[in-house]
Amino acid sequence: MSVKIDNLQIYYSTLRGEVKAVDGVSFSIGDGEIMGLAGESGCGKSTLGNGLIFLEGRMRHAGGKVTLDGKELPIGNPKAMEQHRLRSVSIIPQYAMSALNPTRKIGRMTSDLLKSRGVDYKSVLEEFRRRIALVGLPADVLDRYPFELSGGMRQRATMVISTLLNPSLLIGDEVTSALDVSTQRAVGEMLMEFRDRGYVKSTIVITHDLSILAQIADTILIMYAGKLAEKADAQTIVSNPLHPYTQQLLASLPEVGLRYDEAPLVGIPGRPPSLLDPPKGCRFRDRCPVAFEQCAAEPPFVELHPGHEVACWKAIQDAQSFDEERATQGAAR
Amino acid sequence: MSVNTEPTGPEAQAVAGNAGAAQVPVPPGEAGVMRPVPGGGSVSSVMQSRRRWEFMYFAVRNKKLMLGLVVEAVFVFIAIFGSAIAPYASSKTFTPPGLHPSLNHLFGTTYPFGQDVFSQWLGGVRDSYLVGALGAVSAGVIGLAVGFAAGWRGGWLDELLQLLTNVVVCLPQLVLMIVISAYQTNRSTLFEGVFIGVTGWPWVARAVRAQTFTLKARDFVDMARMSGRRATSIVLKDIAPNMASYIFLVFVLLFASSMLVAVNFDFLGLGPTGTMSIGDMMNLANQWSALQLHVWWWFLPPGAAMTLMVVALLITNVGLDEVFNPKLRQQ
Amino acid sequence: MRRYFFKKVVTYLVTFFVATTIDWGIPHLMPGNPVEIYLGRFNISSNAQYLALQKTISQAFGVNVPLWKQYLDFWSGVLHWNFGISFYATAPVTHIIAQAVPYTLALLIPAIVLSYVLGNRIGAMAARRKVLDNVVLPIGYLFQAAPFAWLALALSYFLAVRLRWFPPSLGSNPGIGAGWNWAFIWSAIRHWFLPFLSVFLVSFGGWAIGMRNLVIYELETDYARYLRSLGASQRLVRRYAYRNAVLPQLSGLALALGVVVGGNIVTEVVFQYPGLGHLIFLAITNEDFFLLQGIFLFIIIGVLLANFVIDIAYVLIDPRTRLSMTGATA
Repeated sequence: MSVKIDNLQIYYSTLRGEVKAVDGVSFSIGDGEIMGLAGESGCGKSTLGNGLIFLEGRMRHAGGKVTLDGKELPIGNPKAMEQHRLRSVSIIPQYAMSALNPTRKIGRMTSDLLKSRGVDYKSVLEEFRRRIALVGLPADVLDRYPFELSGGMRQRATMVISTLLNPSLLIGDEVTSALDVSTQRAVGEMLMEFRDRGYVKSTIVITHDLSILAQIADTILIMYAGKLAEKADAQTIVSNPLHPYTQQLLASLPEVGLRYDEAPLVGIPGRPPSLLDPPKGCRFRDRCPVAFEQCAAEPPFVELHPGHEVACWKAIQDAQSFDEERATQGAAR
Repeated sequence: MSVNTEPTGPEAQAVAGNAGAAQVPVPPGEAGVMRPVPGGGSVSSVMQSRRRWEFMYFAVRNKKLMLGLVVEAVFVFIAIFGSAIAPYASSKTFTPPGLHPSLNHLFGTTYPFGQDVFSQWLGGVRDSYLVGALGAVSAGVIGLAVGFAAGWRGGWLDELLQLLTNVVVCLPQLVLMIVISAYQTNRSTLFEGVFIGVTGWPWVARAVRAQTFTLKARDFVDMARMSGRRATSIVLKDIAPNMASYIFLVFVLLFASSMLVAVNFDFLGLGPTGTMSIGDMMNLANQWSALQLHVWWWFLPPGAAMTLMVVALLITNVGLDEVFNPKLRQQ
Repeated sequence: MRRYFFKKVVTYLVTFFVATTIDWGIPHLMPGNPVEIYLGRFNISSNAQYLALQKTISQAFGVNVPLWKQYLDFWSGVLHWNFGISFYATAPVTHIIAQAVPYTLALLIPAIVLSYVLGNRIGAMAARRKVLDNVVLPIGYLFQAAPFAWLALALSYFLAVRLRWFPPSLGSNPGIGAGWNWAFIWSAIRHWFLPFLSVFLVSFGGWAIGMRNLVIYELETDYARYLRSLGASQRLVRRYAYRNAVLPQLSGLALALGVVVGGNIVTEVVFQYPGLGHLIFLAITNEDFFLLQGIFLFIIIGVLLANFVIDIAYVLIDPRTRLSMTGATA
């Protein structure tokens, strides 16, 4: 397991109090795995993804542990974290199209960045050029300013720069959000290509778009209101979701493979609870069609089937009765 | 190569920040003053009232904004009730002239006229506010109109208006005023205020033009356009509200700079005839050798008042910027 | 880029044309005859004397020919660098202007350049050091908000009249003839310092505050966040932020020129410093219209030249302008 996350808590402060954006989250990602991280906006997926590499001023590492390649990642300590960035953890930010300094040529900016990280630009230049070609950019991109490229080209350049030092963990934050369907596909394929070629070991793709994950992710992790809801391999999440939230997320898609718009999840009435002072028990309870008394207690995130974890009392109950049924059937036979 | 619709060159950049142009502060345009609603779609009235509440919440907690507003409120009070609380008529003379500040004459009296400086000062504050308001409104209206028109229509109209803007930038206000007033010997406060506005709008037009350009490219404006609505209606109902906070900041800064320009005019004797403004007081003090005669109370209080009024406006502007722009709040 | 400069040159030509026309048009198109207005300021009792004077003045003003001819004559004068004779100094206007220009430039150029350079440096430093920021911000606002005239009066009063560290007025000691000798240069420097300081301080406040805000803004931009996310050194992030913040400051400089020129005029008047501003003051008080016309055009030309220099500098440091050759909207 190249990435292991234990009970991670990341809070961020607002004037009205601390928002528990990531509230006790545990999972792991294997080598060569692309994990999709999905959920509504504001569920903490972005905070989680960004927190693994760069805690901004308002964000606080409130607890838990992140292990990368067997060593603890000091995410709460900006100074110690600095040397891990780009080398072992890297990010393709949500704003990838505007992530490059407008007044520096792309090659020059990369050289400045690497130099400040103590890496000799010349030693990676050849590889840099090869990867630029791999993502379909013309060779002279290094001598161009960002404003001379289209948004898609800038995003691809950012993807190459972010992965240039072969990080163990790559976080792709909403990398496909602003794109049309065919470009989304191309970006997804690039991420798979990067993985296949060993440019990155583990990848987290953060998105609100389950359909793109169905195409590129090995596993999918669903978050709801700062907590994990369900995790399984991509096929299982799409075809046999156990958490009512996942089911509704999927139901709100017209059809897997089609894109839907972020803002209103029309399919699911109500809004997620405030994370300033989250309610006790299951956080999805208020919007859940199958909630019952037990949901007043917090459901554990348990593995109900091999590789399929879920945090839902109803799903646990169903699994138990299924087991019992099987047991009775077995006994009857 | 992509078609770059962003304006380039110095004009474009001028909007991007507090181009610290001495005494013509330009607000941080792109500095996110304008932060349209996420999703950019229609905002429900619930959301609006929530945002208004949020605005008030951050407004009353912003020290800069509150300090600026309190100082400004004091001077507005002086401007409105100044003539009522003025102890003497500003032309009334006392003997002997040149009295030091005392309880009878808070800011002393002038020399050799023997007029009460405090009473003149109260009237000067009022005149300054009047000219500042006139200048801000006229510059604001022209700048908004030119900026919206250029940014919205683009094409030849844009080229023409940009040319006009650049020409006005190159004509120094004060020098123009000097030439005009040399022949126009009868000037009113209205004339001065409007003149300041008519010559002081270029940076507003540039900023608004660039903002309109970016807003025009946004989805909800596209939708409005596709639904076949008239351009003026879109500009007024969709674009202007999204820039409301920005426009407000622009007015605050125009107000401050107009007052300062008026002081320059008045100091050179180019101001309205027959009034006693802050600039006029310093002009007279300078002409009647108040420096050499150590009548410091004649020229220090007027300029100090002006400085305070403008500082208060500037920090009000910064405070408002922080309130409007969530990104700056945590600083 | 060619398009960019083409547009700039068109702008300058139009500005020059407009300015020249205003310069000519205001006395000619204002209600009332400029000759009458001019004569009305003298107390002339005898009618014959008035008519004689009217004839002379009309000739001198060149108003005894059709309006279009007057306009062309004025242009011809401008293009031949001939603005007529100053009534008050009884010398060619260009000659008088040439005497005043060195003084004005000696104030303006150092004040603009130093305030810009230092303001940018200190503003950028304040953006990242809280302690410095708490000092720079209030002082910057005070200077920025102070009227030029008031700061000049206050400096003159405290540093010259009271403390007698500097002479309170004039461009040099009247007892010392102008020339390249140490006594004169020293005296000129001492007279120069306070007016320079006034213009410098007001401008400095604006630049420092502007730069501080711009750097803070630049440090929040996406590219800065990206660099920090990838572990780039603070130094690199700040260097980029500074470089990018200088661009809007430079365009701000073009906007500020008119204001600084105006402030310079006011300051010269306070210190009776013998530059163009003081000359304007004299021209107004002595109703010397030719002199006024000449100074007006001269200042416009100066501002246009300065704008041109700024435009070139801008092109040199901003690749977006440099490369907008296709120039669909540039």
